[in-house]
Amino acid sequence: MSVFIIRRLLQALVVIFVMSLIVFFGINIVGDPVDLLISPEADQAEIEATIRRLGLDRPWHEQYWYFLLNAFKGDLGNSFIFAEPALKLILQRMPATLELAFAAMLIAVVFGVPLGMYAGLKPDSKISKTIMAGSILGFSLPTFWVGIMLIMVFAVMLGWLPSTGRGDTTELMGIQVSFLTWDGLTHLFLPALNLALFKLSLVIRLARAGTKEVALQDYVKFARAKGLSARRVVLVHVAKNIMIPVVTVLGLELGGVIAFAVVTETVFAWPGMGKLLIDSIQLLDRPVVVAYLLITVFMFIIINLVVDILYSILDPRVRLKDVKA
Amino acid sequence: MSTASEHLAATVASEQVPPQTPFRRFLSDFFDSRVATGACLVLAVIIFIALFAPLISPQNPYDLAVVDVMNARLEPGEQSWTGDMTFMLGSDGAGRDMLSAIFYGLRISLGVGVMSGIIAMVIGMAIGLVAAYFGGRTDTVIMRIVDLQLSFPAILIALVLIAILGKGVDKVIIALVTVQWAYYARTVRGSALVERRKEYIEAATCLALSHRRIVFRHLLPNCLPPMIVVGTLQTAHAISLEATLSFLGLGLPQTEPSLGLLIANGFEYMLSGKYWISFFPGIALLLTIVTINLVGDQLRDVLNPRLER
Repeated sequence: MSVFIIRRLLQALVVIFVMSLIVFFGINIVGDPVDLLISPEADQAEIEATIRRLGLDRPWHEQYWYFLLNAFKGDLGNSFIFAEPALKLILQRMPATLELAFAAMLIAVVFGVPLGMYAGLKPDSKISKTIMAGSILGFSLPTFWVGIMLIMVFAVMLGWLPSTGRGDTTELMGIQVSFLTWDGLTHLFLPALNLALFKLSLVIRLARAGTKEVALQDYVKFARAKGLSARRVVLVHVAKNIMIPVVTVLGLELGGVIAFAVVTETVFAWPGMGKLLIDSIQLLDRPVVVAYLLITVFMFIIINLVVDILYSILDPRVRLKDVKA
Repeated sequence: MSTASEHLAATVASEQVPPQTPFRRFLSDFFDSRVATGACLVLAVIIFIALFAPLISPQNPYDLAVVDVMNARLEPGEQSWTGDMTFMLGSDGAGRDMLSAIFYGLRISLGVGVMSGIIAMVIGMAIGLVAAYFGGRTDTVIMRIVDLQLSFPAILIALVLIAILGKGVDKVIIALVTVQWAYYARTVRGSALVERRKEYIEAATCLALSHRRIVFRHLLPNCLPPMIVVGTLQTAHAISLEATLSFLGLGLPQTEPSLGLLIANGFEYMLSGKYWISFFPGIALLLTIVTINLVGDQLRDVLNPRLER
């Protein structure tokens, strides 16, 4: 077990190293670093001072070394627009994005699992076919357009829900959250639903496929033969066993939800870090862009690492294969 | 006995009437499904519109001499203020006819999607074939890169590239190609690994043919069917991704708007109830993506020999 974890940790370190190289080269080699890292309003003396301060007159391997050192110290540069450390800006907005992502995951599971199970248990009924057609639509529809349509129907035409912003927030353990106030909840619902649609379709498909497979297993037949009620068989024996693939895939998809929140946050003007990224790209606020990329990549690697380790605990075949290889 | 031979003769006769070439069997299998046939027809219409947009559009939406701000934000079906033109799907904030803008937008969206798909397919196929054919360390290194890339969501990789490279059509295509090549590489490697062990490759190796000849003349043609499926589905994906990037303002330039940009432009009018500027381009985008996906799904079912139908 520990061999497996050590191997995975080393792999994660290598990936982080490679990604930092790519981001570093993207900014310093493909683009002109003076252009990218120094505010366009700076005058000649400032530019020269900054070049010396950033060490841009040094050879590239030395530059990369300082870049890494600063990144380890948590210094990813200052934002041109806000004149604040880029890292701080992103960490400030991270709770909003995470709240949205978790709300979306919750919607996907709460609606996706029952719908998928129904479609798996009664594959030929009209309702199941409608559910499956809906899930194909969910895969095909571009997220941003669905978001706009949700605003059009629920905010503009019906006027039931607000279309932008986060609403009233309350403080929970030092973090601003929306879901504890009614106003915040109404603001959260549409963006979360929008972000959930793709994952909802995925969960429906996973749950349906799982249910179809599990329903034929001997232990389900046995539970039926024992005279358990149909409800108990479905809710306990089937539901428990389809949750493993659903949970695994959702774990892996969490990173995807956070990345895709960029789109939803832009549509609903949700003040998360995805919105910050788009604004920063538009305003050429490069330090923030770099910081966002590094943090997201880092988050991704951590998520993948945790899922890998959890999976190896659940399924010993994975780690045995890897140790032998 | 006689009935059996009659039966046999009848079967042979019925099979002989339409000469069953593999391609015909493929066609009849494909059009077996009514949904796929419908999707194919709609897609054909969309492609026709995209190809001949300048000929069938009521207006050239890029021609500033024709576009009149006096006609801005007309509702669908309204007449222009001079009364010589009807705006079937309304007009946008600059007075462009939405129908024409959608036709031209389709042209750009499809063009970028198909172009990036083809480039990605060629690159991915070459890399995947190399990995499968040479195996060993080459294979390990290439597949590690593929796995690494596929573990990040497409939108994130595209955003990284746009942030580094800047905006523009060429950069969007580079981003889309970078996002997609790994899917092609993985698919072609999978089927090439199976094909490589077959006798005809062994025979070609025994004939001492060059590596290049074996890979491109013998291995490649036999790996193509799954690539067609991945190609259609990935093209739909690329169109959707391009629209998303354009919507975020990081894609194609404002002067020649794709469908995503048309939707983004309409978004600001949405809150005042002018739904048509965003709604109709979205429907066009949706139809394109859904029909391509449906055609791709049917292709997968028909081309996959493992599925018993």
